[in-house]
This record gives sequence, C-alpha cells and structure tokens, in this order.
Amino acid sequence: MLTVDVLVIGGGPAGLAAAIAAHQNGAAVLLIEREAHLGGILKQCIHDGFGLVRYGEKLSGPEYAGRFIDEFHALGLEARTLTFVTRIQKTSEGFAVTLVNRDGVETVAAKALVLATGCRERTAKQVSIHGTRPAGVFTAGCAQHFTNLLGQLPTRKCVILGSGDIGLIMARRLTLEGAQVLGVYEAKSTPSGLTRNIHQCLRDYNIPLYLSHTVTRVFGQDRLTAVEISQVDERMNPIPGTEQLVECDALILSVGLIPENELAEGLGVAIDPKTKGPICDAGLMTSVPGVFSCGNALHVNDLVDYVSESGEAAGKSAARYRPGQQRTLIPITAGEGLLYAVPQRLDVAADRSAVTLYFRSRENLGPCRLVITADGREIYTRRYPFLRPPEMERLELDLSAQALTAASQIKLEIEVMEHD
Amino acid sequence: MTELTCIVCPRGCALRIEERDGHFTVTGNACKRGEQFAMAEMTCPTRTLCTTVRTVFPGVPVISVRTSAEIPKDKIFDVMREINRACVTRAMKRGEAVLPNVLGLGADIIITSGLLEEKTEKENDHEQ
Repeated sequence: MLTVDVLVIGGGPAGLAAAIAAHQNGAAVLLIEREAHLGGILKQCIHDGFGLVRYGEKLSGPEYAGRFIDEFHALGLEARTLTFVTRIQKTSEGFAVTLVNRDGVETVAAKALVLATGCRERTAKQVSIHGTRPAGVFTAGCAQHFTNLLGQLPTRKCVILGSGDIGLIMARRLTLEGAQVLGVYEAKSTPSGLTRNIHQCLRDYNIPLYLSHTVTRVFGQDRLTAVEISQVDERMNPIPGTEQLVECDALILSVGLIPENELAEGLGVAIDPKTKGPICDAGLMTSVPGVFSCGNALHVNDLVDYVSESGEAAGKSAARYRPGQQRTLIPITAGEGLLYAVPQRLDVAADRSAVTLYFRSRENLGPCRLVITADGREIYTRRYPFLRPPEMERLELDLSAQALTAASQIKLEIEVMEHD
Repeated sequence: MTELTCIVCPRGCALRIEERDGHFTVTGNACKRGEQFAMAEMTCPTRTLCTTVRTVFPGVPVISVRTSAEIPKDKIFDVMREINRACVTRAMKRGEAVLPNVLGLGADIIITSGLLEEKTEKENDHEQ
C-alpha cells in the first residue's frame, strides 16, 4: 500500500498551496483531483484581479493557478487526476483513503489529511423559485463553464438573479460575447458582490442592478421563455402586486456558495453553522485530529490570495502533525456584529505568535472598531473606516504574551463609532 | 462632482472627484493608485480585457486570453471583434501573443491558460 505523510484532497488553489507547503515542511505528499486538470475553479475564472495581495499584479484565474501548478511540478510533487475519493477510514496510524480512477481501485495510507474540496453553488432548488422546469436555468458557474471552457454561449437574452461576484463577472462576460443581460436582480437591499465588480462589470456595460427584487416564477416548457420578477420587502418576502414579466431565454443564478464538506462530515468533523465549514484551530486542524481544512471548504473567501494562504497554513500544520499530540482548545467567538470568525478555536498549548484571523461583518458599517477580548480583557483593537459583508477582513495577531488557560475565551466584537 | 468606486484593489474606495479649471482634485482614496485611477477615469478610462479565443483542438475548444496592458474602454468591443476572428492552431504557451499589438493599441492578446500545453504533453505520452 502506498503510504504518504500528507494526502491533499482537491487540486484547486487551496490544495495546490497545501501540497507545496507540506512538501516544503518535509512531508511526503500526494494530491488527489477529480478533474482532468489541476487549478480547480480558477480554470474557468478567466477574468483578471487575482493575486493583487500576493503578487501585487492583476492576474487572470488561469495565470494565478499556473504559478502554483508550475511550482507543484518543479518540486516533483505527484497528483492523481481524474481520481475520486470514495471512502476514508481511520486507522491506528492515521487514515486509509480509497481512490477510484481509470486504473481501478486503490487504498492509500496517510498520516494526515488536508481537505481542500472547495465550495458548491446554491442552486435553483435551494432558493424556492416556482414554475415549470425548463432548460435555461443555470448557476453562474455553470454558465461560466459553458462560455469559458466549452466555448458555447448558453444564452442570447438573460436575467441574472443574485449580485454575488460570479453573477457580476458573468454579466460582463456574456455581454462581451454578444448576449443581452437585461438586469441583475438582488433580493437584499445591498449588493452581495465586491463594490469594484459592481463598477467594472455592471456600470461599465450599462447593465442595471435592481436591489430588493427577486425572481418569483419561471415560465417555459422545453426552454425558459420568461421570468416573473417581484419586489421584496425588508424581510425579503415578495410584495403582491409588484410582479412583472421579463422575457428571456436564460436565468442565471448567483445566489451564494456553500463549503463542500461531505468527506469531512463522513469523518465526524464538527461543522460551524455560521461558516458551514469545519471548526478549526489556528493551525487549521479540525475537531478530528490529523484532519485539516483550507480554502473555500473552510469558509467562502472573497479573494484567492487568502485561499492560498489558508492552504499553506493547513499544509504546513499537516506536515508537522504527530499523532497523539495534545491540544488545549479554547473558543474564539464572533459577536453579534460579525457574520463569523475563522478559526473558531485556539490551541493554547501551541505556538501562538502568529495567529491569522478572518472575519466578516454582518452588515454594511461606517466607521467602527473591532475589539478582541480574552476573558473580558481587551487584547487588540483596530479601527475601520467601513466594513462590508462581501469583503472579508484578515488580521494577524501575536497572542504568545497573553496569559491564556484552558478555561479562557476569546471574543471578537464590533463597536460602531459615532458619525462626525 | 463625480463619484466613483476605485477598482484597482478589492478595498473599493469611494472616490470623489472635483473638477476646477481643467484640474481634478481626488478625495476618498486610500493610496496613490486611487488618485491615478480617478484621473484616468475622468480623461481616458482603460481596462484589461479578458476573453477566450477559438482553437482547432477539440479537447480545448477555446483558450483564455487577455490584453497584455490596459486598453481604452471604448475600444473593448472593437478588440472583441478582432479576437473572435482569430483561431489558435498550435499548442501555445501561457504568455504567448495570439494577436500582437491588437488594432495598434500597443497591447498584445496573450494566452493566459496552460491547458493547451498540458493537453499536448498528454497526447505525446499516449503516442510513446
């Protein structure tokens, strides 16, 4: 049986970074990818803007992935592509992972696992749209796959529901290819995507954005012929009497991403209901010893640069992991003003000199202050000119000087400051 | 006064631009790049164009490309027409120019994906 120190599941930006980091920290590594090529979703994200934090350049998705793929191969690392993980069992030495590919079935033993399985798009079935079931209802990522990898334009005239970044990117992309994008409709009163994408994808191309509107019904037998749009109230319930019919041949959904953790759940990994990803410590180890999580499987990131960063952290921790190592975990809790904070735990027995925290605010906020307390004591504070839920925030803290015990608690709170 | 959202980085600063006697004053920017972006938006807005170009390879029917430098915003659809006329007939590498100096704008249309390189490596493997 092939035995490795670290088995990485997923060959997107998180998995590639994790495999490279694990190798650089002395581990024998194997990466498993279900698709034919490495790079994950970046293969179809042909727009630019990737790598600004990491490289100070505006790269396209394939270029950003290419840098990691080149490094992966230059280091002589091995990937199994077109390979699925069908089963993971815990053993006395770690894990036995069953793989299936064109060569057959194989079991690989690994001391540690890095789950870099990314996220999945929320579908029409998950946003309660009524009506018939015609062709022409696509998730934004599906439309992106058709357009950018298969070279097939999936629509001539479409409506986009949801103002997530992929929806905004696809509004521009489909317009460039000659399709008519009638509008982007968002049920919330504020856009879900990055502000810069509203500007460069919608405003540049005169594509209207309708806030507090949603699609309430679809029409068409074989192919979509129209959608019904309704205004919604502040609780996102459709307002009767506001319905309007919009003729189109496609409805493109950009209504959220959900971390993919089927394998993690199968291993008994505890999931945070706020992030829908595993509850991790600062080394990105989950509640199951030896199982690590990173990238969009951990929580949905706004920038790939942070996906790579978490991959590196998980890969490094996985390489250094020794079975039986004891953790003293204390909670890191996100207060009311935050959507979530990652990691959710801190191992007070481990090195705490560089703890990376990611968080998102719950609402659009003006001038405010983040306050971090340990057992009620203020240990860190930072002012922000504004916070917006679509834009993730990152902090790096040195907590080594803090007196923390097994009973300690760390809490993040946001205080809104008075307007001048 | 003109209000803009800076698109240089994900911070997305809310920029305010005042014009007086042909001079622009920019406020709301957190860095120098925001000021440069605002000036460009007021005079000659430019963008990087990212799209795909057709290929002759059935496994990779289109390959992703972008402009090697920003081009004037009002030339985007002209450049799209040029790109849609082109076709890649050999396994081009990342960074190679499909259309050099497109429409004389001083920017090349360059390949951004390694899918064609990977594809040919695999095909060669099969032949061996």
